[in-house]
Amino acid sequence: MKSEKRLEAHPSKNALWSTIRQYKYHYLMLLPVVIWYLVFSYLPMYGVTLALKTFDFSKGILGSPWIGLDHFKTLLQDQEFWNAFENTVIISLAKLVIHFPLPIILAIVMNEFSRNRARKFFQTLFTFPHFISWVVLAGILTNILSNDGVYTQFLSLLGIEASSPLVNENEFRPMLYITHVWKEIGWDSIIYMAALAGINPDLYEAAEIDGASRFQRLRYIAWPGIKSTVAILFVLTIGGLMSLGGSFDQIFNLYSSPVYSVADTIDTYIYRTTFTVGADFGYMTAVGLLKSVINLVLLVLANMAVKRMGEQGLY
Amino acid sequence: MEPTRAKKKMSTFDIVTYIILGFLALITFYPFYNVIIISFAKFDVISKSDLYWLPQSFDFSAYKVVLSDTKFWSSFLVTILVTIGGVIFSMVISVAGAYALSKKGMPGRNAVLTLILFTMFFNGGLIPFYLVVKEVGLINNILVMIIPAGINTMYLIIMKNYFSTIPDGLEESAKLDGANDMYILLKIIIPISMPFMATFGLFYAVERWNEWWHALIFISDADKAPLQIYLRNILITASSSLNSIAMTMAEQKNLTKVYTPSLQMASIVISCLPIMLVYPFLQKHFAKGVLVGSMKE
Repeated sequence: MKSEKRLEAHPSKNALWSTIRQYKYHYLMLLPVVIWYLVFSYLPMYGVTLALKTFDFSKGILGSPWIGLDHFKTLLQDQEFWNAFENTVIISLAKLVIHFPLPIILAIVMNEFSRNRARKFFQTLFTFPHFISWVVLAGILTNILSNDGVYTQFLSLLGIEASSPLVNENEFRPMLYITHVWKEIGWDSIIYMAALAGINPDLYEAAEIDGASRFQRLRYIAWPGIKSTVAILFVLTIGGLMSLGGSFDQIFNLYSSPVYSVADTIDTYIYRTTFTVGADFGYMTAVGLLKSVINLVLLVLANMAVKRMGEQGLY
Repeated sequence: MEPTRAKKKMSTFDIVTYIILGFLALITFYPFYNVIIISFAKFDVISKSDLYWLPQSFDFSAYKVVLSDTKFWSSFLVTILVTIGGVIFSMVISVAGAYALSKKGMPGRNAVLTLILFTMFFNGGLIPFYLVVKEVGLINNILVMIIPAGINTMYLIIMKNYFSTIPDGLEESAKLDGANDMYILLKIIIPISMPFMATFGLFYAVERWNEWWHALIFISDADKAPLQIYLRNILITASSSLNSIAMTMAEQKNLTKVYTPSLQMASIVISCLPIMLVYPFLQKHFAKGVLVGSMKE
């Protein structure tokens, strides 16, 4: 019934109108979502015009006077910004290189498990930290990693003198990478586990009968089975690089002034200078805009690369 | 799943992976274990190095102190309200929206989908967002933790993908019987996808329970601060108010002193308890939910 109407849809305006009427309840259901996105995503996008204005509280976004590219000129000379920019690039690239492959490896290893119950036990345990907020985890980590915490005590048992990595410029970033893996590896591996579970078991059985080694099964069955999932998640990760895929929570709750020089990222810099120093809103908007643009460019590039490798890509 | 594989003997590979996974499991589990034993530590038996490996005592004074803090209870109440209100708000609008978006023939659907997807990769940034929320009048209003935080685009897309896997025939026959689309969603689609709904309801619940970012930026009234902000204050900016409660309790009720880290860890345990309670249920369903969502149309 519905498909007949769709066939008629394009010749006349009337038919389009009747299709629209046919979906009237669906439009009604969609309305709140559309309003939500317009208000909380698209209005702020319009608000980026502030990057070209001096913000005046009394006049709002619309009424504030235009100043052209002045904020971007200031940006070029802002040492603190460039420091944050550099940290963002380093931390996010390191997280990409260190973290991205690990959940894939974990999923493959777990999938090789013959015992289903053990697999479930480990999966349950590894995904647990994902559901705990960085506020809480920071509290736990501060306790463990403080100068007289279990971490330094353990190292001193091994005869190593150590101090807290939370206030050490050389150790803060590695600590970020390790704790990020610790929190998310289990959760991130789930989607790969799901993809692996979708592979037809007959394929494995046939391969085993043909005498394929464990590595060959991995190479010719498991990997092709998850390749497209890996590609899509890779593009998504790259698209979130400049916002560090939500690392604001982690860094903001763990860092302190001794490690600002290695830990301050664009996001924490924007928050800190806006709400504690009281920087110009127009200027901080320009900083945020630059970040969003870099993100978008990276996403487009990653998508192109993935497509060139013969994968589907995101769009 | 594959009985032929399960029957085989443990290979060297199995043993090595068991050892590695066991080690990882220990690392995952230890910090939480550490939290629990510290929260029960008694002030006078503390020899720090013992505290890290085995529980020395079961002392509940840290919990008593936290539970007698009025600030704890007010933030607890805020979090309960935000969680309940947030799940209702998020689920109602995401389910309705995702269901509508799963209708392939709907004119304008692709445009809306593209606009929604675009927001995952580009946003106006913190300042314009702040100003919009201010304009809408949500500053210092607990609705700021419910409404602007309300939709998780990833969940919305997963839900949409899920709904599009439900066979059309089911709806067509209901339509022949004269049901309208609202009725179909409420009486047919939602009931048959209850486990899926529960999974995403719980995801949203965990998100709202862990909510702190919107509160950090938009809430300055102490009595509207959620649990996570209360925790942040205790954990990061020293637990001055709790310590003074502990002191007065020690004087009045002749209790022993309370070890400050015990106070901090006890407040962590209390605030994580609800997640630990729903977690087994959550765990059972989420792999399926994610699987459905990862399928492309």
